[in-house]
Amino acid sequence: MSDDKFSLSVDEKSDVVILKTNGYINNIAGEQIADTCYLKIDEGKKKFLLDLEKSSIVNSIGVSIIIEIIERLQEVDGHIGYYNLAPIVAKTFKIMGLVQYSTIYESEEEAVSDMEKK
Amino acid sequence: MDKNIPAEVELVIPILPSMELAATKTAQAVADYLDLDEEKTAEVTMALIEACINAFEHGKGVENNVYIRFILEEEALIIEIKDKGKGFDSAKVETPDINKKLHSKSKRGWGLQLMRELMDEVVIESGDTGTTIKMTKKR
Repeated sequence: MSDDKFSLSVDEKSDVVILKTNGYINNIAGEQIADTCYLKIDEGKKKFLLDLEKSSIVNSIGVSIIIEIIERLQEVDGHIGYYNLAPIVAKTFKIMGLVQYSTIYESEEEAVSDMEKK
Repeated sequence: MDKNIPAEVELVIPILPSMELAATKTAQAVADYLDLDEEKTAEVTMALIEACINAFEHGKGVENNVYIRFILEEEALIIEIKDKGKGFDSAKVETPDINKKLHSKSKRGWGLQLMRELMDEVVIESGDTGTTIKMTKKR
């Protein structure tokens, strides 16, 4: 199962930072995502997207760290969104309330287009 | 093919990083045997991850194993997750709310809520010698 080992790649489209995750999002992976976002925030970036196509398993500790990212982005009037979510990941995000403060998109095109308008 | 149920599968996992994934692989095999659909299988897997993490936190340092029993029944899959830690009072666990979590020190504490939302029934028995979480998913 590709979810056992976590890796992260970073891309940028206009002013949107896209993080593509690969593997199980637990506390360690969450911290890796957060550290990358915080570095980009320090560089002045405010718009972030997570492509979760290759992360079909998450846990609540990893997702809690995404809540920390949301909190940090609120301080700079920034935004975060997600696309390519497995149904159980989307359901987890809904149960934990992330959809109140961030957006789940159907595709990268829709996500980038909406983020560019923010 | 007729299913040989009721049946049980027992698993002991050590409290080590990401070892909850070992439990999910057994859960997947059990769910396949019971012909659970993809959605229910994913919900069982996610709830089991949360139950394991909970057991790891409470059981650590006492006995570094978590005991899992999958009970395959005609009408349901039951999973018992047991640790031998000092236990906790589930009645005192506050229902998490992202509005309160934002700008508070701890963002964690979602495990029980997720288990309850994803499974049909969750029963917690906890005391000085350990905790057993019994989760049921109807077929």
